[in-house]
Amino acid sequence: MTAPKHVEQLDRVVIRFAGDSGDGMQLTGDRFTSETAQLGNDISTLPNFPAEIRAPAGTLPGVSSFQVAFADYDILTPGDAPNVLVAMNPAALKANLSEVRKGATIIVNTDEFTKRNLQKVGYDSNPLEDDSLAGYDVHPVGLTSMTLRALADHPISKKDAERSKNMFALGLLSWLYSRPYESTMSFLERKFASRPELVAANKAAFSAGWSFGETTEGFAVRYEVKPARMEAGNYRNITGNTALALGLVAAGVRSELTIFLGAYPITPASDILHELSKHKKLGVITVQAEDEIAAIGAAIGASYGGALGITTTSGPGVALKGESISLAVALELPLVIIDVQRAGPSTGMPTKTEQADLNMALFGRHGEAPVAVIAPQSPADCFYAALEACRIAITYRTPVILLSDGYVANGSEPWLLPEVSDLPDLRTTFAQAPNGEDGKFYPYLRDPQTLARPWAPPGVAGLEHRIGGLEKADKTGDISYDPANHDFMVRTRAARIEAIEVPDIEVEDPSGTANVLVLGWGSTYGPIGAASRALRQRGLNVAQAHLRHLNPLPRNLGQVLGRYDKVVIPEMNLGQLAHVIRARYLIDVVAYNQVSGMPFVSGQLESMLEEVIKNA
Amino acid sequence: MPSAPLQLTAKDFKSDQEVRWCPGCGDYAILAAMQGFLPELGIPRERIVFVSGIGCSSRFPYYLDTYGMHSIHGRAPAIATGLSVTRPDLQVWVVTGDGDALSIGGNHLIHALRRNVNLKILLFNNKIYGLTKGQYSPTSEVGKVTKSTPAGSADYPFNPISLALGAEASFVARTIDSDRKHLTSVLRAAAEHQGSAFVEIYQNCNIFNDGAFEVLKDSETRDNYLIRLEQGQPLRFGSEGQFAVTHPANSFGLTVEDSASAEPLVHDATQEDPAYAFALSRLAGPDLRYTPVGVFRSVSRPSYDKLVRDQLEKAKAKASDNPAQDLASLLNSGDTWTIL
Ligand code: SF4
Repeated sequence: MTAPKHVEQLDRVVIRFAGDSGDGMQLTGDRFTSETAQLGNDISTLPNFPAEIRAPAGTLPGVSSFQVAFADYDILTPGDAPNVLVAMNPAALKANLSEVRKGATIIVNTDEFTKRNLQKVGYDSNPLEDDSLAGYDVHPVGLTSMTLRALADHPISKKDAERSKNMFALGLLSWLYSRPYESTMSFLERKFASRPELVAANKAAFSAGWSFGETTEGFAVRYEVKPARMEAGNYRNITGNTALALGLVAAGVRSELTIFLGAYPITPASDILHELSKHKKLGVITVQAEDEIAAIGAAIGASYGGALGITTTSGPGVALKGESISLAVALELPLVIIDVQRAGPSTGMPTKTEQADLNMALFGRHGEAPVAVIAPQSPADCFYAALEACRIAITYRTPVILLSDGYVANGSEPWLLPEVSDLPDLRTTFAQAPNGEDGKFYPYLRDPQTLARPWAPPGVAGLEHRIGGLEKADKTGDISYDPANHDFMVRTRAARIEAIEVPDIEVEDPSGTANVLVLGWGSTYGPIGAASRALRQRGLNVAQAHLRHLNPLPRNLGQVLGRYDKVVIPEMNLGQLAHVIRARYLIDVVAYNQVSGMPFVSGQLESMLEEVIKNA
Repeated sequence: MPSAPLQLTAKDFKSDQEVRWCPGCGDYAILAAMQGFLPELGIPRERIVFVSGIGCSSRFPYYLDTYGMHSIHGRAPAIATGLSVTRPDLQVWVVTGDGDALSIGGNHLIHALRRNVNLKILLFNNKIYGLTKGQYSPTSEVGKVTKSTPAGSADYPFNPISLALGAEASFVARTIDSDRKHLTSVLRAAAEHQGSAFVEIYQNCNIFNDGAFEVLKDSETRDNYLIRLEQGQPLRFGSEGQFAVTHPANSFGLTVEDSASAEPLVHDATQEDPAYAFALSRLAGPDLRYTPVGVFRSVSRPSYDKLVRDQLEKAKAKASDNPAQDLASLLNSGDTWTIL
């Protein structure tokens, strides 16, 4: 008989599951997240995986991890340093230890701590036996051997039994943090529907992990994290890429247009293609094109025909699409280009995050070719950013670049599901009749308000017309080499982007007295927000503002910036927004930059901002 | 009530734009043939779209009073793919040249062909870069002396028909700008084809490569140089009918025999195996002797557009008649939970 375990209440926990690429850590993390979501905690997750599909087993480059933070209050980031590390092998321990808080719980799979595996990652002696883990609460567990023992009677191969060790680990962690496990059980039934013996084995491995926690002396305390106080409603946990894809589907429904996606597979954007290809029922057409240029070309062709053309990619793909984006600028057709940014230049680090495509989005085309640029600030926000990109594209008949990145794309958070009727109405009208007073059709006669030209897909008799990349005469759209006309058209194309209605930027400054403003864009919202909160809790005042629209910028931005003594701009690049702000508003800003392929750690932003505040 | 048959004429397809090719350019003849042919399709102008890339030939859409897009270099097949897949009610033509289709746009051409997108692709082959003023092209013969190759080009040329066949094209044909009747018959066959129809049109650039196809046009030579492919007809040609296309034993390819008694093959463009059409495409030598014109291959294969639409229709059959409702269930799918 074991004594009943002591239960301790925690307000926030950060767990990192780490193992070999083949150990199923992403899945384990996903399941734990889902269980946690069911419980009503607020959540934020961060997967981190190698670009290689199966890097050599047991090596440092092969380590894959999944971090999940959950709390009884609303949280903005997946946490700076884990309180719990699950290390499935020596490589996972070595790769992650430096980021783990002292005193943290470390659960290691001792079966993998063999001499050979230790040598592979350069451990001279076994860290479980020397004092290199002093100061941590280490739990050595024979995860593999216990899983094999638990599954000894199951009619499956040894390899399949071994592969279930991640479910043992999940069972143990689920017990330790008192997670409900029903969703994992039904998940296993769905996943292995065609192989009932694997359903049984995985369930058994999970239960074995759970009971091990309950009975072992090793874990004296069990933890609980109460549900967070969140707005009432229905929730689901969602990654940025999925939210973005659903936002595009929603834009199709709300605009009553066919959503057409032209895409070429590229990390970390491919999941949007995968997701959209499932939604044919709602009229979504996806074409996996032969290359990035064909992908955007097909999207332009679809928009020309009256669908909403979309292309999804990452930085290298946007570079290839540049000429086609310029064509869409000249054609003045709706088009949405989604850039899920990753670390560059060139192939760079495909699975790592960065915000270094802002310059390319704003300026990276030949000729004067302005387009609208927007960015989402969190995984769930990708849904609304996608709708906003479509709104601008449809209303203003322009290409829109949406700058997501690997951090928001792969990260996840709970999403309060919206009512469809509350989503923006994106319906528009196609040209149906000649628009000239003389009874002719003028494809470049603009709406005086939006400066948008008519959207005139083929099929309407009497409106036959030709458009193209050659400079067009105002109103008629005929080829024109007239100098004054070109000057007029260039300025008009710029003016129509400037004329896009975007909401004013809002500032969060509970004190109302801050004299330092931290300005961000895109995925830095979470870490900046967490740092700002932490500073305020310590009595320091800081104002935070975050840009959704990067072109055009909110009309009140200049005014807002002028109110503060110091403006700090943290970015995961070498200061691209800072450059724009300096040039545009002639104010100096403090640029704080990191290009490590990893998101900002909020603690680091906190100390940096503290310095600035003290010296302001 | 069935609507009255369309009574359009060539004039209805002429746009108000001034045609700007060099006087004497072969493009004029192709344009006239197209304007003369389109009325017979019986398709209203607003359902016809011409998409082009960049080059002399790519100005084509401006001169036709249909819908049209003059896009960017090499990309017309990609753009037309997006249009065709989303708008099955339209007839989409792609107009391109040897540089546009085979150099900068080579990738899009081969992929459009293998997918069998419902496009009529007209490749005006003048074996030269015209718009950029006379550099050799991917179909120029080896040793071509041009502004960019004063010592002669070192590149081996593409054979566009062989290339299209290699790219799994379901319809492949060749014609000549100056033979309006033949050109029209090939356009007609292309228009009738479901899926990608690839048509190479030998086109004279009288400014930078004049007379490139003269031996196929000159009444002195053409009968002994041209092989007119006609479905079900024996492949016998020559001023006196002295040549026969035969398949020698122990050979993979075809040959031309100068013999009145040799038994010529009977042309059959519908053969599933592309080897026959490919062998035909290899008959002509660098001097253009024994150049087949007409339809090399015409086989039936479901178009990409149709396959995509079938999947879409199948999925849509499961949808309710309320998209907002379907969207709401999609958003609420997966592991959801409720906070009260
Ligand atoms: S350059 Fe040659 S192909 Fe171009 S328009 Fe003149 S003659 Fe025709």
